Amino acid sequence: MTTSASWPDVPAFPLAAKSALADAQMRRNIGMATSTIREKRTGVVEEMPDWEQLREAGRALKERTLRHLDEHLLTLEESVTRAGGVVHWARDGDEANAIVTRIAKSKGVSEVVKVKSMATVEIELNEALEAAGITALETDLAELIVQLGRDRPSHILVPAIHRNRAEIRDIFRRTIGPETLTDEPAELAEAARRFLRERFLRARVGVSGANFAVAETGAIAVLESEGNGRMCTTLPETLITVCGIEKLVPAWQDLEVFLQLLPRSSTAERMNPYTTLWSGARDDDGPREFHLVLLDNGRTDSLADELARQTLACIRCSACLNVCPVYERTGGHAYGSVYPGPIGAILTPQLAGMRAAGSLPFASSLCGACYEVCPVKIDIPTVLVHLRDRSNKERAAASLKGRLDPERLALKAVAKGFATRGRYERLQKLGRLGQWPLARKGKIERLPGELGGWTKARDLMPIPDQTFREWWVEREASR
Amino acid sequence: MNAARDAILARVRAALRDVPEAERADDVAVARDYRTEGTLPHAEVVALFAENCADYRANVREVDAAGLPGAIAEALAARGARRLAIPADLPAQWRAGDGVEWVEDHGLSHDALSAVDGVVTGCAVAVALNGTIALDGGVAQGRRALTLLPDYHLCVVHAEQVVELVPEGIARLREAALAGQPMTIVAGPSATSDIEFNRVEGVHGPRTLDVLVVTG
Repeated sequence: MTTSASWPDVPAFPLAAKSALADAQMRRNIGMATSTIREKRTGVVEEMPDWEQLREAGRALKERTLRHLDEHLLTLEESVTRAGGVVHWARDGDEANAIVTRIAKSKGVSEVVKVKSMATVEIELNEALEAAGITALETDLAELIVQLGRDRPSHILVPAIHRNRAEIRDIFRRTIGPETLTDEPAELAEAARRFLRERFLRARVGVSGANFAVAETGAIAVLESEGNGRMCTTLPETLITVCGIEKLVPAWQDLEVFLQLLPRSSTAERMNPYTTLWSGARDDDGPREFHLVLLDNGRTDSLADELARQTLACIRCSACLNVCPVYERTGGHAYGSVYPGPIGAILTPQLAGMRAAGSLPFASSLCGACYEVCPVKIDIPTVLVHLRDRSNKERAAASLKGRLDPERLALKAVAKGFATRGRYERLQKLGRLGQWPLARKGKIERLPGELGGWTKARDLMPIPDQTFREWWVEREASR
Repeated sequence: MNAARDAILARVRAALRDVPEAERADDVAVARDYRTEGTLPHAEVVALFAENCADYRANVREVDAAGLPGAIAEALAARGARRLAIPADLPAQWRAGDGVEWVEDHGLSHDALSAVDGVVTGCAVAVALNGTIALDGGVAQGRRALTLLPDYHLCVVHAEQVVELVPEGIARLREAALAGQPMTIVAGPSATSDIEFNRVEGVHGPRTLDVLVVTG
């Protein structure tokens, strides 16, 4: 089976959201965490008088990258090779997993240490390594909590955001100890430090993702907080980095924009505690062997869609998750994807295909909060609408049933009705006559038969006894 | 493997059919109209750095050049640090303090680095706006593992190394970047925000960061 950004065992979003909404503890945890971070982010963004200029530069730089991606990829390959690294190319997750597994096996190791990386979760690298008898140890605190709790990530930046400190204490007590552990965050961090220290020191192979890859110099950037990223990219003899092909930036200077945008948008700090940058491999500092795996896995499909292409500008800050009213209530798991929230709703269907994740573009109220905070100005609402259309068209094209889908037919009829003033007003009159058996207490909660799908997740307002248009005509007449 | 490379490049080119043949990457306009040059007087830049760096719970102290050795000795004594790892090119006058053992790094093992009480280094550049310190492996900085494994890091920052803005810092690092030097940018001691999005200091990297800013 080919790996993808979408989890096949999670039902479509509307169904998954229903059960997620019933989990009051999870909702409380996510509500607390996201309100904390929203407030902090506002503070560090407001102190920047040139924030809007930086956002626009970030957007433009990513456009420059994506519109000439082939050229930048070749430049990066050349730079990394010149600096003593080895560049690999992987069309999909399976190919990338095979490359990483082969390198790790050639070093004869049974364990690799990992820095948190969305790309490797997307391709299910840990599972592939496990199948080859190699344990991939997650070293980011939140990722470790997910791994030890045999859980799934629910947030791009803090995968264990659905867990509060008491739940984390319980997971640690069960797994890495000690049993006397309290839920004091400093003590929980200390437990992780003790557990991982020895493993960092003896690790011979490290695996990382990349926040940025600078084509001009071959530098890979990993931004992190705890120092686990430094450990994994510095101490092992061999380092393997899995990097989505969209992570490139053309020039060294471009970091001056992204190193300002990312930390303030993600952890809401002026800068994250540690940023590591390295090019290739050397004998006197860090790993002696460096492998860069450039991953496609659906990214070129997104690139081919002119309007949706901007999705690939994402720098994985997670600001859009933290402001999203839908995400705040359903949490990340309901999206059935390693990429949840607004960005996940547009990225996942493009990477995994509409068939696997076609319900996600509908998992939004289109309020636009995500667009406002996006540090690279991805117009998520517009892409959502565009992908809804694509999803509908692909469903219609796929089968006769799709073509005869009642919602689609109904919307077609509505479009006709809205086309001229005369038709619209006649329809309102007809509707008022027809709706009386459905309206209860001023709203329609259930449409009959095949149209019931529309009201499953929303109430409909009945047509009032006097419409605004009728009132207006009356008013004009009486003046 | 080359098949994958060719396939991906072909997919990219097919996906970008809408981009005019004659367009070059630099034709895609990028307005760099954000702040690129600082405007504060240098003394204020240094003060802002000290303030923002301390905001990460680093301990920042300003000293004059003559007072530096004494300040180093004091800081080490206050931390109870007696065995200090140092880059081999650390200036002799920084090796101050009674009874302190200086362990020069000529390829110390990871275990040996883990066992010292701390490390003393200089830096390449510091940025006031976000309170960061960058190390690029240049003079008095050593390799990356040196400032990673010891639990305590004392970093000496010269006032002339402090710039106001991030673009100024990135520009100063450019030469080292082109030379392929690995770098670390540090904002305070190690920390995590992974528990309920609250920052907690002290995870895998140095849990204590002392910064001495040398002015005058």
